[in-house]
Amino acid sequence: MDDKKKYKRELLLPGDMIEEEGVKPGRGTFKKDNKIYAAKLGVKTVRSGYVNIAAQSGRYDPRKGDKVIGTVTDVNSSIWMVDVNSPFPAVLHVNDVPWRVEFGDTKSYIDVGDAILVKISNVDELKKIQISMDEEGLRKLNNGQIIEIAPSQVPRIIGRKGSMISMLKNYTDCRIFVGQNGRIWVDGPLEGQYVAVKAIQMIEENAQVVGLTDAVEEYLRKETGKDLELERKKLE
Amino acid sequence: MKELISKITKDYLFRLIKDGKRLDGRDLLEQRDLDIETGWIGTAEGSARVHLGDTDVIVGIKMDVGEPFPDTPEKGVMITSAELIPMASPKYESGPPREDATELARVVDRGIREGEVMDVKKLCIKKGEKVWLVFVDMHILDFDGNLFDACGIALMAALMNTIVPAERHELGEDYPLPVEHVVVPTTFYKVKDQIMLDVRLEEEMIADARLTVATNENGDIVAMQKGLSGVFEYEETISCIEESKKIGDELRKQLDKIKS
Repeated sequence: MDDKKKYKRELLLPGDMIEEEGVKPGRGTFKKDNKIYAAKLGVKTVRSGYVNIAAQSGRYDPRKGDKVIGTVTDVNSSIWMVDVNSPFPAVLHVNDVPWRVEFGDTKSYIDVGDAILVKISNVDELKKIQISMDEEGLRKLNNGQIIEIAPSQVPRIIGRKGSMISMLKNYTDCRIFVGQNGRIWVDGPLEGQYVAVKAIQMIEENAQVVGLTDAVEEYLRKETGKDLELERKKLE
Repeated sequence: MKELISKITKDYLFRLIKDGKRLDGRDLLEQRDLDIETGWIGTAEGSARVHLGDTDVIVGIKMDVGEPFPDTPEKGVMITSAELIPMASPKYESGPPREDATELARVVDRGIREGEVMDVKKLCIKKGEKVWLVFVDMHILDFDGNLFDACGIALMAALMNTIVPAERHELGEDYPLPVEHVVVPTTFYKVKDQIMLDVRLEEEMIADARLTVATNENGDIVAMQKGLSGVFEYEETISCIEESKKIGDELRKQLDKIKS
């Protein structure tokens, strides 16, 4: 098979047979009678010997190692229950937070309704999710706002090597964090937040449009009155 | 499942609303795009599907012949029910209707009933024995706030589209259901001293008080319902009523369009 065909975006339906040779079944696929089938509606990708199906829509499918934004829905004396935008609740144990929490003192650290930045430390076969906050950069979110987009569009918001997201940050003076679960945290001056949110919605709606980065830059330039390219040239 | 809004999103919304702004850039008293399609269900006597922004509802009307209630022997019967199913929002669960579904059905029903949209006496076939029964079913397909208005508009549109199935019951020829008035509800939500119209889900979740005002084409108030634990001041109530008449007229114009 030539390389071109290998990287073509191929849309598959659940139950479609995957005619790829010498690959192992990856995410969103299943194996039956030595043949691999798609389990979801989505685009086929082949990476390091595995064939995967990336779902086109739907809620977030938790995956070990993802950094996500969660909302605390329940607290008891040794755990927090967290909604991470997946169909399954996630559990944050007191041992997985950066503080030493006394038994029963959980509520004074994180309470119901708090938004937290966490990492998915484990997902088992039954989709029981364990999350952790005990790592650099993970914390409770105190200001700003959270918006939701389709989890499948997350790579679009980040852009190639983070180009889109860094452009958004530079133009709007906002701090932005994109969780893999489709929740985006935006903090900064109110006007900046407004423009950033509009730009994110624009990216989500026009995800398949060619030349999207330029269109978004044009919009940001118009709304913020900044011209980063000009500034860059001045510096030179 | 409990639907929860994070504290920082709440704070952000409060800040926006304090400045008279909203999440989607609308004015406080501006409605979302309204789209009405009638005759959506072929097997029903009348039906309508309404999109109000991302809120999506279907109302269907079935008619049958039956006995009147003993205390109103010469009046037709209308029975309204609403279904809030998990498909609309994860916060709803299947099973018998709960408080929110009952309130929705009652508030929408009250506007139509007290506004005398249908002349119930015309629905009488034989006094004390045979009258028309009108069954109204409201189905919520997608919940993004403001179900009262969406359902109220959908029900009105469905009634205007209803054909009485007289032939099936051997009572002469089919004829359109006589609609005397056009009643539409408008629902106001109060968040921190600011009053807004046609809220979205997030705004509905942080609201303190709710007021539904249903008016007819003459500007009469035909039904009202106050909800949630907050309060409306006298002046606020009056301004809501005035606003309701104005918006009601615009909605009636849209409803008239689908009639012709």
